[in-house]
Amino acid sequence: MKLRLLAAALAAAGAFAAPAQAQTEIQWWHSMGGALGDRVNGLAEKFNASQKEYKVVATYKGQYPVSMTAAIAAFRAGNPPHILQVFEVGTATMMAAKGAIVPVATVMKNAKEPFDPKAYLPTVSGYYTDLKGNMLSLPFNSSTALFYINKDAFKKAGLEPVAPKTWKEVVATAEKLKAAGIDCPYTTAWPSWVHIENFSAWHNVPIGTKQNGMGGVDTKFTIDSPLHVRHVAMLGDMAKKGLFVYAGRTNQGDAKFSSGECAMFTGSASAQAGIKKAGKIDWSPHFLPYHDDVKGAPQNSIIGGASLWVMAAKGRKPDEYKGVAKFLSFLSQPEIQMEWHTGTGYVPITLAAYELTRKSGYYDKEPGAALTVQQLTNKAPTANSKGLRFGNFVQGREVIEEEMEAVFAGTKDAKTAMADAVRRGNDILRKFQAANK
Amino acid sequence: MDKRVVFRSAWLPYALLAPQIAITIVFFFWPAAQAVWFAFQLQDAFGLHTQFVGLQNFAALFADEHYLGSFRTTAVFSIAVAFSGIAISLLLASMADRVLRGALAYKTLLIWPYAVAPAVAGVLWGFMFAPSIGIVTYVLKGFGIDWNWIIQGDQAMLLVVMASVWKQISYNFLFFLAGLQSIPRSLIEAAAIDGASPLRRFWTVVFPLLSPTTFFLLVVNIVYAFFDTFGVIDATTQGGPAQATQILVYKVYYDGVKAADLGSSSAQSVILMFIVITLTVIQFRYVERKVQY
Repeated sequence: MKLRLLAAALAAAGAFAAPAQAQTEIQWWHSMGGALGDRVNGLAEKFNASQKEYKVVATYKGQYPVSMTAAIAAFRAGNPPHILQVFEVGTATMMAAKGAIVPVATVMKNAKEPFDPKAYLPTVSGYYTDLKGNMLSLPFNSSTALFYINKDAFKKAGLEPVAPKTWKEVVATAEKLKAAGIDCPYTTAWPSWVHIENFSAWHNVPIGTKQNGMGGVDTKFTIDSPLHVRHVAMLGDMAKKGLFVYAGRTNQGDAKFSSGECAMFTGSASAQAGIKKAGKIDWSPHFLPYHDDVKGAPQNSIIGGASLWVMAAKGRKPDEYKGVAKFLSFLSQPEIQMEWHTGTGYVPITLAAYELTRKSGYYDKEPGAALTVQQLTNKAPTANSKGLRFGNFVQGREVIEEEMEAVFAGTKDAKTAMADAVRRGNDILRKFQAANK
Repeated sequence: MDKRVVFRSAWLPYALLAPQIAITIVFFFWPAAQAVWFAFQLQDAFGLHTQFVGLQNFAALFADEHYLGSFRTTAVFSIAVAFSGIAISLLLASMADRVLRGALAYKTLLIWPYAVAPAVAGVLWGFMFAPSIGIVTYVLKGFGIDWNWIIQGDQAMLLVVMASVWKQISYNFLFFLAGLQSIPRSLIEAAAIDGASPLRRFWTVVFPLLSPTTFFLLVVNIVYAFFDTFGVIDATTQGGPAQATQILVYKVYYDGVKAADLGSSSAQSVILMFIVITLTVIQFRYVERKVQY
């Protein structure tokens, strides 16, 4: 009896072990739920069907902060995934974790995979590249902030459905909309990302010293500049007059716009899918508004989204990294990128993919998709508009949002709030610097 | 003479206690000790560099006016939750105690919310009071009240207090009802014969006799407000707007789990541990003296 059980167990073990020997498994942890998750699984399946040596196993690990925490815990336990999708605010934390990650450039080089960093969209890859030009993580899903108007609401208020181009015009339009009985003339999603991070790049002013932190961890925030204060004060004033209705720190603003409640909206380019799906309003996407008295504005906007990091672990074999490299190459192919871009609304990460999509005539049908790329590449990026890299920026962004909320609620003036944001933000940066000496 | 049961065997009592002690050590003492250890360290998210920094984590916390503000928020929140939770459930229990017909249905309905998970309670209340789409928001708008807890700190606080109290009422209600039912009828009847009004009977006879229950519930409710309301807050305000609802335990979670700042998070949990120990000692030392068993 015992012998038979043992034999059965051995047979079972053999059955499981056999395919594992033939194929190397690549664990990929991501944060793409719902329809996006299906797309991610589709990518893994396609890669697995394209060759026999490696098998990519895509696993949804919860939202960005959750999957990052899970991966950190897994690393501490000695068993991290091979590939981890990390949101842009986690970039500095990942980058500083030498020993926990392997730069993508190194992975590709070691595996002898053809890899040309110049093939990638500079505003996208710049965010994830160090000063020496080594790409650290592979951009995966990137979007940027756009401005949207509800044409129905404009018409209802007796206005031409033409989007205001400058913030001055936005305020004037909001006043007219309000006077016409629209309760929510303007709202926004992601207040810090839109009104501080993208705002700074769009106006070519720094968010922090040392090239927005890309030049070193001894960076300091500079978001208490007169332009920043003026912009936040303007938003506070709009909130007081009921021209701007605050929706929350993440994408809560999306629903306020897609439901038709708010007439104007700034949010992620990826909000378009949701607005289309809701199908309640006649709308159009536009470039972000800017202050026309600022020299050089508009510059270019910056990305938001996530990139793929290759994680290291003790005892990880070269073959596993080779599989990772093959998969990253697969993801960078123009056809795959075009499929991802058109299917999800995220920007294509390579110039070839953009060209391919353009030639296919997709942008004539979907002007919103082209707009994202155009805004990101509006001008050649400067030190202020390449991206940002602040340590512990999960906390840093929260500090900025808290201070902005205080202005929107009318409990603090913009000047004090932005000064406080800089002071508190710098404390966080110093702590990160000390922890990553 | 006290009655004592004595084990004949020397090791048996220890063996019987061992599972419980093992669980306590593994799940309570060990993590607590780790928190104390981490509180004196500065570590990056991945644990690649660790430095001993002494009291630096604590010093940074006490220099941060927002952390100090979080104490005030926690105090306001806990007092509001504990007092309104106890008061409302005492009222409901006194009413339930008088109900003759349909008492079972009435009690069952009041106990139901206890089965709801805190996060679900948070989502539920969040929906009802959601700015612009919530049903209550709609009604309030009819009265000319601008309800938007996304930006109004006071309203956000009110919302999390309501959701937390609602969740805890059932528990308090059960204990008060049991307490009320154990009060001898003869005492109340005697007071009634002496001409005491129902209100007077409640305050001079019933309430003092309920004091052990009330005391117990006070301790439990304060601990509940400090720790278990986390789910409610995470599902609704997440500490915002502008930290209006950031109670201490939520900040511990945020800094530790979301921001991967283990040193500060551990230091905060050590502080929290001390607060709860102090509060419990005060409650047992001073408040308990006034309790008549």
